[in-house]
Amino acid sequence: MKVIVCVKQVPDTKGGVKFNPDGTLDRAAMLAIMNPDDKAGLEAALRLKDQYGAEVTVLTMGLPKAADVLREALAMGADKGILVTDRVLGGADTWATSTTIAGAIRNLEYDLIITGRQAIDGDTAQVGPQIAEHLGIPVISYAQDIQIEGDKVIVQRQYDDRYHVLEAQMPCLITALSELNDPRYMTPGGIFDACAAEITTWGRADLKDVEDCNLGLAGSPTKIAKASDKVRKGAGEKVVPESPEDAVSYIVGKLTEKHII
Amino acid sequence: MGLEEYKGVYVFAQQVDNQISGISFELLGKARELAGDLKETVTAVLLGHNVKDLADQLAEYGADKVIVVDDPELEVYRTEPYAHALASVINHYKPEIMLVGATAIGRDLGPTVSARVATGLTADCTKLDIGDFPLNPIPGKEAEQKHNQLLMTRPAFGGNTIATIACPDNRPQMATVRPGVMQKIEPIKGAKAVVEEFHPGFTPNNRYVTIKEVVKAVSNIADIMDAKILVSGGRGVGSPENFKLLEDLAEVLGGQVSCSRAVVDAGWKPKDLQVGQTGKTVRPQVYFAIGISGAIQHVAGMEESDLIIAINRDEDAPIFDVADYGIVGDLNKIVPQLTEKLKAAKAAK
Repeated sequence: MKVIVCVKQVPDTKGGVKFNPDGTLDRAAMLAIMNPDDKAGLEAALRLKDQYGAEVTVLTMGLPKAADVLREALAMGADKGILVTDRVLGGADTWATSTTIAGAIRNLEYDLIITGRQAIDGDTAQVGPQIAEHLGIPVISYAQDIQIEGDKVIVQRQYDDRYHVLEAQMPCLITALSELNDPRYMTPGGIFDACAAEITTWGRADLKDVEDCNLGLAGSPTKIAKASDKVRKGAGEKVVPESPEDAVSYIVGKLTEKHII
Repeated sequence: MGLEEYKGVYVFAQQVDNQISGISFELLGKARELAGDLKETVTAVLLGHNVKDLADQLAEYGADKVIVVDDPELEVYRTEPYAHALASVINHYKPEIMLVGATAIGRDLGPTVSARVATGLTADCTKLDIGDFPLNPIPGKEAEQKHNQLLMTRPAFGGNTIATIACPDNRPQMATVRPGVMQKIEPIKGAKAVVEEFHPGFTPNNRYVTIKEVVKAVSNIADIMDAKILVSGGRGVGSPENFKLLEDLAEVLGGQVSCSRAVVDAGWKPKDLQVGQTGKTVRPQVYFAIGISGAIQHVAGMEESDLIIAINRDEDAPIFDVADYGIVGDLNKIVPQLTEKLKAAKAAK
């Protein structure tokens, strides 16, 4: 069984968001991490390796430094890392990104492709389903459980107030939720091996059945008209009441003032 | 084919169990505004099985026309038959704008369909306008500025930045829209739409998955997005049992309990009560944030509330940065007393 996991290197927005003195986001001060949903997808793949001896290939698209997340994946137990990087691929929206990744995957054999549901920088949740669409394979998004039965995959697909148990013929693409599992840590031996491991690097020329007009910034149908850091509503009053009674009077006073009660 | 052949504002009218989802009405409300600016009409696309009766509701909420694709394959949502149906509607009718709810269904259907019809898709929009792209003409290239474009605004970086995005060279212009953000119109009783049935034909292939089981969460709780008052709890509440304090307060206020992601992750409350980036966006009249630290992902889902009252023991909690009124103190002491006081006030009336 062959599994491809697509991962993305993202700035860590969880908890550790840093701001410049002028209130804008300080991206340089934020750590670059493996996107959490992708890491859950990788863990799911590694469990298939533990259980069925699956071969796990990790693929990322990004700047050369994105190789860091591939090494992390190798240190966790993945077998092979592929970095897709090329200047002409920069500035891609989800259409151009999914076109690129599909073009890379066409070079590989696979039974299962696992991506994270969404990345914490863009939060679009689009690239996974779009890769499946380009490759003509079934997609199951929002997976909270993955099981293999012969040449089929059985997935719990999460919705707001329910989940569906779905069965799909492989090859198939699944987008993983962070809730799927708790990813394992890198092992010391794994880290040692991962440092020495060779990362396969592909550029534009290595993408299969892809047209230039669908790549990079120029090949992106969506264009940014304006981007700005969000101006948040300022803080209101903050009080430190001496007693719970004072706190209650304060709240009741405000609710009365605003005609809530 | 020229882009000018694409006309009209279309809305994917999501239904689950043959009940139209609230987001569909919200999208129709927004579509009416956009169609007004463009002097075009609003069309709802209704996919399902035995759903034709729902068309009148869509008319009451602003649809001029309803395209119905009714087929047994569409009874329960699955990516493939739904994507085939919606892509076929787009290819046949050629809408200028296609809006889809950013729900667990729409965030799967939208990307699949946009890739199939080869257009752009902007995710999780919180604002939609008709305007120019580029926003300002480039000196010397004034003629290249395009007018009457859909400008789609969305948060990114966990709500830390906002971007406005256009799709100038492809049609339709597609967006998924966050539930709870757009306003539905007052329903026009007795309004009728032109109803048209469309049959794209369904041939199951490798992309049709089998539904082996549908497991519904046991919950008869009303949607937190409809609540006027929300009493929301975080990890600071301490235990699932302790949520009783919040439930009592919600009851006396005629509100509902909601929670942060930490509470859902801990298994204290079901996912449909979760407010925030990966939960629901709410904008009640009053939002009580109790024992919620206020991570940026949580704030993104509640900061539009009319009035935010935060109770937290940690005076440096980031929730105080967005609260109108912040109270530093012990929720275990304050909340029960507040409930008692409100009860007494109610009884005295």
